[in-house]
Amino acid sequence: MTRTSNIPGVHAPVSSRRAATGLLLYLLAGLYFGVVLVKSEAASWYRIQEMFRFESFHMFGLMGSAVLTGMITTAWLRRSSVNSWDGQAIRITDKEKGWRRYVFGGLTFGVGWGLAGICPGPLFVLLGAGVWPILIVLVFALLGTYLYGVLKDRLPH
Amino acid sequence: MTEVFDVLRSPLPWYVAGPLIGLTVPLLLWLGNKGFGISANLRHVCAILLPERAKPGFFRYDWRAERWNLMFAAGLILGGFIAGALLANPQSTPLSSAGVQSVQALGVQVRPGLVPTELTDLSNPGVWVLLAVSGLLVGFGTRYGGGCTSGHAITGLSTLQGPSLIATVSFFAGGILSANLLLPLLMAVIR
Repeated sequence: MTRTSNIPGVHAPVSSRRAATGLLLYLLAGLYFGVVLVKSEAASWYRIQEMFRFESFHMFGLMGSAVLTGMITTAWLRRSSVNSWDGQAIRITDKEKGWRRYVFGGLTFGVGWGLAGICPGPLFVLLGAGVWPILIVLVFALLGTYLYGVLKDRLPH
Repeated sequence: MTEVFDVLRSPLPWYVAGPLIGLTVPLLLWLGNKGFGISANLRHVCAILLPERAKPGFFRYDWRAERWNLMFAAGLILGGFIAGALLANPQSTPLSSAGVQSVQALGVQVRPGLVPTELTDLSNPGVWVLLAVSGLLVGFGTRYGGGCTSGHAITGLSTLQGPSLIATVSFFAGGILSANLLLPLLMAVIR
């Protein structure tokens, strides 16, 4: 029997079904995260304003406990012999080294985040919630992404 | 039955919601060694929409390999619909009294909803400017900085990435600056 899965572009039926199931799982993961973003009020403009003015502990507690949970569970996952759902060893891709892009890019994003109180996660969540004017933010965010793609090589990284 | 809906509509306290957010990091690692991030979708959408000839090199890659990320974003939209439209909280966000004062000083009333009507009123040209400028900065800045709140502040810090700490500090520096200085100026002009 020939192994069709080795031919580029041709996949065994089982693997394509598995891939489709995989994509569905990411949709469900997104659904989960979207619901939590609303229920945690991280998608609330009001909470973001309160956070940037240090007027409430809510967002700091939220992010702090999120990072702590992520740290502990990820460390545990790496040390355990658990493989990923698609059978790979768990590995974490390190972020590119350097500091310039993180400072300049980070500041740029931060200014945008503080102005409309919207970061990319809530951007999609708010569209789902029917806050249509956020489409303007999305269109211009795409334009900003395109601009970065055009100017990339001329920027310090 | 109405009590069940009351619970589903009410917000979660931070100490419940925070850990639920943090669990997304191991969840996506387990699902397929994916680094959890959302802003990369903006790049994927550009890669899909741009005609091949007009594409800067930054958008020449196999976006089909990143379909999982687009599915995740579709899930976010669906989650927003379920939690933010069908099960919307009928109460206003319970801000601190200092928070309420600051928001009112911007000319915004605290009402139920995720975004105040003052900032979604498209009959006001100033609102267009605010949303457009902010979108431009978010799109440009997240790609330049290689990630957003989910990619750097949640995933990057959870997996002990030094660059993510630099990025997160910069996000906050920018946000504090614009929320405290730029937004009050802009709101004074547009409202």
